[in-house]
Amino acid sequence: MTATDFTERDERYQIRVRNLHKSFGKHHVLRGIDLDIERHKINIIIGGSGQGKSVLCKHLMGLLKPDEGHIFVDGLDIVPLNEVEMNGVRRKFGMLFQQAALFDSMTVEENVSFPLREHTNLPRNKIQEMVAEKLAILGLHNAEKKMSSELSGGMAKRVGLARAIVLEPEILIYDEPTTGLDPIATKNVDNMIAETAQHLGVTSIVISHDMASTFRIADRIFMLQGGRIVANGTPEEILDTTNEDLRVFVETSGTVKFHGQPSMGGAV
Amino acid sequence: MDKPSVPASVEAKKTERPTKRSTKRPARWVTRVDDLWHQVFGPLFKGFETFGQILVLTGQAFYWLFRRPFRWREYLVALDFIGVGSLSIIVLVGLFTGAAFSLQVTDTFRTFGMESYIGAMVTLALVRELAPVLTALMVTARAGSAMATELGSMRITEQIDALRTMAVSPVQYLVTPRIVASIIMMPLLTMVFSFAGMVGAYLVAVILLEVDHGLFISETEWMVDTYDIKIGLIKAAIFGWVLSSVGCHQGISAAGGAKGVGLATTRAVVYSSVAVLMLDYFVGDILLIIYESPS
Ligand SMILES: Nc1ncnc2c1ncn2[C@@H]1O[C@H](COP(=O)(O)OP(=O)(O)OP(=O)(O)O)[C@@H](O)[C@H]1O
Ligand SMILES: [Mg+2]
Repeated sequence: MTATDFTERDERYQIRVRNLHKSFGKHHVLRGIDLDIERHKINIIIGGSGQGKSVLCKHLMGLLKPDEGHIFVDGLDIVPLNEVEMNGVRRKFGMLFQQAALFDSMTVEENVSFPLREHTNLPRNKIQEMVAEKLAILGLHNAEKKMSSELSGGMAKRVGLARAIVLEPEILIYDEPTTGLDPIATKNVDNMIAETAQHLGVTSIVISHDMASTFRIADRIFMLQGGRIVANGTPEEILDTTNEDLRVFVETSGTVKFHGQPSMGGAV
Repeated sequence: MDKPSVPASVEAKKTERPTKRSTKRPARWVTRVDDLWHQVFGPLFKGFETFGQILVLTGQAFYWLFRRPFRWREYLVALDFIGVGSLSIIVLVGLFTGAAFSLQVTDTFRTFGMESYIGAMVTLALVRELAPVLTALMVTARAGSAMATELGSMRITEQIDALRTMAVSPVQYLVTPRIVASIIMMPLLTMVFSFAGMVGAYLVAVILLEVDHGLFISETEWMVDTYDIKIGLIKAAIFGWVLSSVGCHQGISAAGGAKGVGLATTRAVVYSSVAVLMLDYFVGDILLIIYESPS
């Protein structure tokens, strides 16, 4: 398969990953990822801990360079780009890190307003307004003046989320947006992800361990295992899967019922 | 289309194989030489690599210096931290360095009947050597180490990656202001150090040890040139670059949790100090050749 097939902007797929390999020393983490991310849809990546989901996300934004393979964003291969060229592409993206990665020497407000101050010329009161609005949607009222080093894990995550969405980018990557949140905050965040996708037409890439919300909001589900995408499909297709690993993975959560025969002891 | 995936068990077997063929191992002296080679030249190559990376980082820092956006606030914060923050400690150390120096020198000079040269001697030593070197060591301990710790912990908590995702260059945002501020502030602090040192020397020599005030001042004025001051300030600016680029480089390339940050900080201080002391000789030598002391 040659790289040239994907250098045109594709209406259906915004990001196309081909044969992506990445090793850390001897540890071969990504072993030939092929992935197509659909435009304006919610694409959810599931998979066990340490399988390389976060590593994959960092490749999509050029934070890590692969050993081999291609990543096309709107038809542009970002793998050979340098940091300066990459900055142009990164303006399309927003990313929530698994550990939030807030600037710990700044307040919540300074964190969330950071992208606005860097990339827009909006007046100060307008910026404050936008920040307050985003924080309110996420259930963080009057948290603006807190230092980000003083936040709880769940709060930090939501502040990170606000920072990722505040510029309303085309593509949003959420690395476990709801892990560590209480049920109500989880629902809020789910709704917010769904609404941002619907109203703003954002292409969303979500890493999730939460099967209930995955099946509630996903347009397409991918399973990453052993460094490859071993299954992908709409939630309906996933429920019809014959892939044993996937069935066990999803079924163990106990929140989703499979179609057809139960997998335990069953044929593949 | 792709090669089939290799099950983990098969891969494990592959790596075991060489140990089974132990008969084909290289002779012992070969491995010895190989070990020696790595032990002797390994650190050397690593040193060259680090040096290269520091040069690259400096190049990037200056590339970004002239590009928008200009974040004045970051520069002010860095200038304040490196310059204003180090002021009191520099005055204190300068004062005592001058005082101690003149205390030790006065007796000896008296024996040879050269009492009048004490001021000139102390000032020359301060301006050319002691002030730039000791200021650099103090600023390394205070600010260079802080740069490594700060950037190192930002690195391991992914804050530097977060900057990159927001299309902000970490070099432009974090490194450039620190290097520029150090290059600006080191000469200023060195002047402060020299002045404080002269005051200390004067207090000890003239007030305590009763050297003649007029001689102390006039010989100093006569012996010390702007050329001496220039040498000191050029050195200071170079040391400013060294300690900030080493500190930032160690911070930005930190890895491996809290321990990694600690290691980065230690390295920043050790590497900078050694580099400053070694460069002091070479830069001094080069400057002497360039300016050809007017005698
Ligand atoms: N910078 C790095 N250096 C070395 N190894 C790394 C690095 N980053 C990740 N890894 C390794 O890559 C593997 C995949 O890590 P990754 O963080 O992507 O897992 P994950 O799928 O996101 O897991 P989780 O669901 O727990 O977040 C892990 O085994 C990890 O040890
Ligand atoms: Mg992860």
